[in-house]
Formats: sequence, structure tokens, C-alpha cells
Amino acid sequence: MTNTPIRSPLSASAVAGLKKRYRSESLYRRLGLGAICASLGFLAFLLASILQQGGGAFFKTEIRFDITAEAQMDAEGDAFILLRTTLRNSLQGANTRAARRQAYALAGADAEEQLQAILNGTQSTGATPGDPMPFSIWLSASDEVDFAVKSGLVNLMETDAQNIGQTRLTTTQLNWLAKLESDGEIRTPFNLGFLTNGDSRDAERAGLGGAIMGSLFTLMLCFVTSFFVGVMAAVYLEEFAPKNLFTAFLEVNINNLASVPSIIFGLLGLAIFLNMFGMPRSSSLVGGMVLALMTLPTVIIASRVSLQSVPPSIREAALALGATRIQAVFHHVVPLALPGMLTGAILGMARALGETAPLLMIGMVAFIADPPSSVLDPAAALPVQVFLWSDSPERAFAEKTSGAILVLILFLILMNGAAIMLRKKFEKKW
Amino acid sequence: MSLKLVALSLALAAPNAASYAADKQIRVVGSSTVYPFSTVVAERFGRTTKYRTPIVESTGTGGGFKLFCAGTGTDTPSVSNASRAIKSSEVKLCAKNGVATIIEVKVGYDGIVMANARQSAQFALSTRDIFLALADKIPGPDGTLVKNTNRTWKDVNRALPNAKIEVLGPPPTSGTRDAFVELAMEAGCKSFADIKALKKTNKKKYKQICHSIREDSAFIEAGENDNLIVQRLRANPDALGIFGFSFLDQNSDTVKAATINGVAATFSNISDGSYPISRPLFFYAKAEHVGKMPGLSEFVTEFISDKASGEEGYLSERGLIPMSASERQDLNGKVRLALSK
Repeated sequence: MTNTPIRSPLSASAVAGLKKRYRSESLYRRLGLGAICASLGFLAFLLASILQQGGGAFFKTEIRFDITAEAQMDAEGDAFILLRTTLRNSLQGANTRAARRQAYALAGADAEEQLQAILNGTQSTGATPGDPMPFSIWLSASDEVDFAVKSGLVNLMETDAQNIGQTRLTTTQLNWLAKLESDGEIRTPFNLGFLTNGDSRDAERAGLGGAIMGSLFTLMLCFVTSFFVGVMAAVYLEEFAPKNLFTAFLEVNINNLASVPSIIFGLLGLAIFLNMFGMPRSSSLVGGMVLALMTLPTVIIASRVSLQSVPPSIREAALALGATRIQAVFHHVVPLALPGMLTGAILGMARALGETAPLLMIGMVAFIADPPSSVLDPAAALPVQVFLWSDSPERAFAEKTSGAILVLILFLILMNGAAIMLRKKFEKKW
Repeated sequence: MSLKLVALSLALAAPNAASYAADKQIRVVGSSTVYPFSTVVAERFGRTTKYRTPIVESTGTGGGFKLFCAGTGTDTPSVSNASRAIKSSEVKLCAKNGVATIIEVKVGYDGIVMANARQSAQFALSTRDIFLALADKIPGPDGTLVKNTNRTWKDVNRALPNAKIEVLGPPPTSGTRDAFVELAMEAGCKSFADIKALKKTNKKKYKQICHSIREDSAFIEAGENDNLIVQRLRANPDALGIFGFSFLDQNSDTVKAATINGVAATFSNISDGSYPISRPLFFYAKAEHVGKMPGLSEFVTEFISDKASGEEGYLSERGLIPMSASERQDLNGKVRLALSK
């Protein structure tokens, strides 16, 4: 450019400065892009490692066994005896006491219940206990077997398997599994129980059902409470309250509350809801209210911002046409600000979904096996389940923990996605 | 947002009178060491009886007693787990709030192990070695107390490997830490005659010497989560970790325990009391709730049954170390008597 004979309107020094400015602009752009790539890289690494560890939690290992008529006759309707006889007979060489124990250890904790359900079923269909039909059934395998099958250890010898994948199965057990696998008697179908079962101390039976229900109840209550209270507070502060020292004081306090550590709200909930009002401990009712207290400041701030972004001309037009203040606000301003308010509320909920600290104080961090059926029932929540499982001695829970994290992330993505959709759909440009 | 949706969510959120029965559910609080056993019993109990599954919270032993002793209402916990016996101050607190009769039930034993990665050298430690490696102040060559500057295990005892002292252990809030300090550190501390003599003359000083763990990089507080300690041992072959026997049992393929005073941390050695760092585990039940709280005496009976805490019981599969047959028989009689009162 500097070489061109055509006289540039810019002086030589200005051209040099321009070049420098362009250079620094492209540098900034590259730095920004680099920063985004780096954070995306971290996120991808995190997701990939959780997926790799937790993907298996959505599948469970099952082994097919043939239940003979004789075994059913001997068991006389008792699934415990039937299971043990079947394991003994189907696995070759399970005749010493030690070998029998190894054979029994292959079946999962819920295999007996699966069998019992079938037995009860055949009894109700009218088949007499004296004349049972042989059948074959896919029974759930124990957590050690599950781990070995998923990591492809079943064809190895005990020592090799221990070196590679860390298993506590013996060579005998691994040989049985290898035989079963080559016969096509092992499968790993989708584990629906992981999403529907309640918590359990047996990894093969433990599921997120209770935690998901608990989180839903808690969030629903949190939303109902914090959204309505928050929006009303914001509308009052923004549209009706006089601007004086008192409202300024309120504003400072609301902004402060938004950054208070969440455990403080748990302590508050413990002191007020449990000790003062005697509400049921560990219930999602109290959990929802505590989380509502926590999200309230966020909702108020988001709602105020969204009310401020409605142009004054709307209010003025409404007032000029004879509307009262209330009419102007509720017929015109609030509906226009609603998408923004909802977005703020949903982002607040997403934060509440991931909280464990306040729930610790009100007893929701507990072993609760029965899924809750109402907001008054004791309930856990998704992050609580992650916390509890990560602390379990049984190693199979490591996979479950990562699986639970994946479910939690999925819920967060759904909620944040909903927030973006609402904004895009109802956003008004002035 | 449509009105219908609001109405629906309000209806769902509205208190449902029928479920107020929820407060008639057994609540268990207390020690995080007993929690893995208590939850297994609770789950079985819920599955095999008509009663609802008890709720088990892991609050720590002290926190558990605070809740347990808060009163006799059905909204207070009926059972408190403990990794130590109840203190007289806690009995007093209970009595003040109307909890007059507390049934003590010993569940079994727990061993605390010092373990390292399986591929690393096998350690044979004595409690004296542990004290010299981990105490804040140790007796110097002339017998006066000096700051602990031992860097390697070889500095502590010539027979030990020449590896850096790096021990991952629980923080002071943990019951496991308390037990480790009392059973391992204090035993090693007492092996010095001078310090032992101090116990009679200046108990406070004695405790301070024996119970203080050094605060440099030799001892690393690794948090309450024992799984994390096990994972870090796998990654760091030099380090030793302090955790409960049940975690050793579940991870025996990746970590191995050091022998203490020549005794290996095995099931039978802890059970017969020869392994030095072991402690009894308890739970305490509120006598006032027996009969008032549906299923409480059945839950206690399930816990002490052969099927659960016996030699071949399902809790032993989870790493609980059962009591001897005679001890169990004794306890069973006592507990049954207390329940029937």
C-alpha cells in the first residue's frame, strides 16, 4: 500500500499506525479465540472423562440361566434355594464349598427377587407347584462380574486380569464367565433401573429414581416460591417504590444476599423451618424453601433488569390512554418483561439444582431408599446422590457416580437450553 | 406462563395430609464409619419387613448425639451410630431433654489400616515408628523434645525402606483420625518411658505431645472421602494412607496394608483383638421410642441377628469385623432384655 504511486489520503505515519492497529486487533481476536478454545477443551476433557467412566452405568450385565423343572420342584417356590441350585448346576465344577460360594457370588443382589417374581407369576397363572415348566431367564449379575464384563477381563487369567483391570474375581469365576460369554449367555442391555430405582447399597440395584423425584419436587417448590415472590418484589421495587434511603438500603441487601455462600441458607433453613416451625426433616418441602431463599435474590435482580429494559414509552402510552398504574404495569410492562424474568428464574433454578451444601443442614444428605411420593416425604436430590455414592467403599459405585453426574449435566443442559429458547422466542427488540 | 400450569404446580406442592405419616419413619443419624453398615441393614429391613426403610444420615458421631439427644418426639432420631462409646456429657444432655434410657448396642469392630499401593514395598511398622514419623514433637537424642525433622522412613527406623514419609490421612473432624491418634500415636508415644511418666504428673502436656500430628508435608490431610485416599495411593507409590478396614477389604487388589507391631491387618487379627489399631463400633437406641416408633425393636433385632452381624453375616461381607460368639451372645441377651422392658 505504501508503494502505490497514488497518493494516499493518509500520511505515512498514519499508515504505519494503522498497520499497528490492525495487527493488535488481529492479535486480540486470536487471543480471544484461544481463550474460548482452551475453555472448550477443558469442558470436552471433563465430559469425555465422565462419559468414559460413567457411560457403563447405563448398561447392566445379565447372565442367562436355564431353570429346570427338577430344581423348581426341589425349591418349592423359594427363590433363594432355586437360585443357588441353579447356579450350582449350571456352573461346571461348583461342588466344593469354596467353589459353591464363588458360584453364588456371580449373581446380583436382585437376582433372587427377579426369580421370586417369576415364581409368584407362575403360581398365579395356575400352574401347580408339583408340575413346573422349565424356563430360561436373564438374571442380573453381581457388580464385580459387571465390571469384569464391561472391561473385557473375562478371557484372562486371574493375575493378568488383576494387573490390567483390577478385579477381585478368581480364575475359576473368570473361566465360568468366559464360557458363558462364548456361549452367548451374557448380555449388557440398557439399565432402566438406573433411572427408576431408589438408592441401594448394592451397586447393581442402586438407581437415581428417588434422587430425580426429589430434585423435581424440590425444584418445583423452589420455582413456585421464588418466582412469584421474586417477581412481585421486583415489580414493587421497580415500578411503585419511592426512591429513598430505605429502598437503596434494600437494594444493597438484595445484591449482598445474591453472593452469600449457600451453606448459610441451609443454616437459616435449619433454624427457621425445622427448629421454629417443626417442618419434616429431610423433606423436599424444606429443601425447596431453602433453595428458594437462595435463588430469590437472583430472581429479583434478573426481574428488575428485565423490567428496566421495557421502554418508558410503553408505560407513558398506557397512562396517557387512561390506564391506572396497576393496569399499566400488569397489562403492558410485566408481560413484556416476562421472558427475561423467566430466563433469570430458570438460571437460578439451574444453580439450585446443583446445590448440596444447604441440603446437608436440613438432613437431605441421607440414605433414603424409598423414592418420595409427596413433598413431605424424605427425599434426596441428584447432587446429593453423587456425593453419597462417591463416598461408598464398594468400587462399583465409582461408575454409578459418573453416571449420576451425566444425568445431572443433562438436566442442566435442558434447563439452560430452555432459558435460551424462551429468550429467543419472546425477545422484543425496541 | 399459563394459569393452569401455576394451579397444577400449586396442587402438587400442596401438603398432602396422608403423607404426614412420614414422621413415623425410623431415623438413624451419627458416625460415618457405621453408616455403610447401618444403611445395608436398613435396606434389608425395609425390603424384608412391612416397615418403611429407615432413613440413615451420616452426621459424625458427635453431631449424631446432638440430634439424638434433642428430645423424645417422633421427629427426633431413634438411633444414633457411634464409632466410640457415648460420653458422660452426652448422656447428661440426653437426660436433660427427657431421653432417660439409652440402649447401647455394640455392632462389631473396625480396624484402621495404614496401606500403600500393591506394587510398592511392604511396610512393617511399629506404633513407635508411627509416632516418630508423624508426631509434631519427638524426643531428640538427648531426651529433650525437639521438632520432628524425620524425612524418610529410614530416619525413623533403620529397618524401614528409604522412602519419603508421606502419609495421607483424615482431617481432625473425623472419628477415624481420633481413633488413629488414640490407638496408634499414643501407643507409640507411651513406648518412651519419660513421656509415659508424664501421664501421671502432667496429663495435659502428655496429651499434647502424644496427640499432635506434624503439620508439614509429611502428613497430608486428604479429606473425609476414603475413596479419594485409595485413588491417590494408586497414583503415588510412595505414599501411605490411613483409612478404615472396609475400604482395604474392597480395594485389596490395588492396596495392601502395613503390619503394625508385626500383626497384619486381617479379618481374624482384628476380630481377636491382636491388631493394635482397632476400635468397637456402636449404635444407641432410644428406649422411649420402643413401641412408639413402628419397627424400631425389629430393626435393632435385625442389626444384632446372626444373619447381619454374625460371623458369616452380610455385614462381614462389607468389611465389618464381628464380635466373638460369646461376646455376641452376652450382648444379644442384654439388648433383648432392654427392648422387652
